[in-house]
Amino acid sequence: MRVHVDPDKCQGHNRCYALAPELFDVDDLGNAFELNDGIVPKELEDKARLAIANCPEFAISIVD
Amino acid sequence: MSETVFGPVTDWATDWDHGSPAYNANIHQIWDDLLKGGCPIAHTDRYGGAWLPLTHEMVHEIAYDTEHFTSQNVIIQQLKPSEIPEAIPAPIGGAPPITSDPPFHSDARRLLLPAFAPKVIDPMRDEMVKMCNELIDNMGDVDHVDAAVQYAQHIPVLVVAQMLGLPLKDADRFRGWVDMLLGGIGAARDEDRMAKFMAMDEYISAHIQDHIDNPRDDLTSFLLNAEIFGEKLSPRHVFGTMLLLIIAGIDTTWSGIGSSIWHLATNAVDRRRLVENPDMIPAAVEEFLRAYAPVTMARLVKEDHEFHGVQMKKEDWVLLPFPAANRDPKQFDDPATVFIDREANRHAAFGLGIHRCIGSNLARLEMNVAIEVFLKRFPDFEIDDNEEVTWSTGQVRGPRQIPLRINTRA
Repeated sequence: MRVHVDPDKCQGHNRCYALAPELFDVDDLGNAFELNDGIVPKELEDKARLAIANCPEFAISIVD
Repeated sequence: MSETVFGPVTDWATDWDHGSPAYNANIHQIWDDLLKGGCPIAHTDRYGGAWLPLTHEMVHEIAYDTEHFTSQNVIIQQLKPSEIPEAIPAPIGGAPPITSDPPFHSDARRLLLPAFAPKVIDPMRDEMVKMCNELIDNMGDVDHVDAAVQYAQHIPVLVVAQMLGLPLKDADRFRGWVDMLLGGIGAARDEDRMAKFMAMDEYISAHIQDHIDNPRDDLTSFLLNAEIFGEKLSPRHVFGTMLLLIIAGIDTTWSGIGSSIWHLATNAVDRRRLVENPDMIPAAVEEFLRAYAPVTMARLVKEDHEFHGVQMKKEDWVLLPFPAANRDPKQFDDPATVFIDREANRHAAFGLGIHRCIGSNLARLEMNVAIEVFLKRFPDFEIDDNEEVTWSTGQVRGPRQIPLRINTRA
């Protein structure tokens, strides 16, 4: 699984970073981006789905 | 305003009034009835004409559509901006960035964002834990407390005073300013109100001057050093921003904390689960934010246009009820039920789009700490039925009195 945060949609709600800090980080303005090219280790796939399902802006998607 | 100036509501679909005390007190029933009656967007002639959309889709669409809707005034007032000669026009508005539209908005917002980023806010946790414990210590050894009056309302004022570098002993007077500025909408500009405004102006200006003379590591000094369009902010701009942070941060967070404690006082099973499993508190806070979202914003229609089959007129008000979007069954399973362990929760309590609440990280931390400390100190409490729970009136919704009987203290 690979995930991607669309920087045009992200408004800095910070849900993904709070729920899955292994997969997402935030910059100095509080906007999120994916870590490790978005590659999700098998054991963190549930966490990735949780982060996706909690983004108010629908900014995170599974890219492959 | 405790009573609406327009008289009792006759029909919520065609004559609604969010300023009526009946609105916040019966809010879920009113929305459910409107939706069941086939009215997903209600209208009123009050306030010079206003719309109330209720679905997540519509609220989302309006929040994103800065071409047809302006943020120039985000609190519905009796007068439209065109009726107020000194109103600061779009795209700036009277309290940037909340009242600003693109393209000005992003610069005004960007300068504030670093001060509210998670990695700046998270280290404030220990200080908040201490503040919340002190509030409970101050209640004394009594078995009756008011969780709104003695606890929830103090937390955001203390936090904002600390952030801005203002004396904590003065924090109570900020709440008076919120009452004056929000509750005073529509009030006459009488001498008493002007005198209060002057006193507030003098107080903040004196502290800005003190920060110019003695810079320190706080938000006021941060603002005095911040730049927009390559120039430092004027002390007047700093003044406006401080006022915005005080006003936007206080009764909102107070309401969020209060609604959460009210829920726990009326739902013993949820309370016991959180007492036994404090690691469930963050998810529970998100569900309280969804189910009891405190903030409804407003927009003004820029030009006549059709929206979902209704004809909107230039300068009509539009309420943006994020709390109603949070109860849309198309977005949330069983939305009327509070599940403190709800997993998928894309709630819009902090807004959607470019105006996402800039203090959301701060508010979340305050709510988490406030609930954590309260449950630790008072593991068992319930509503004291001898007194009344009262709710706020207007665009910020939350309990203003939560009389509790404390059954166990730790």
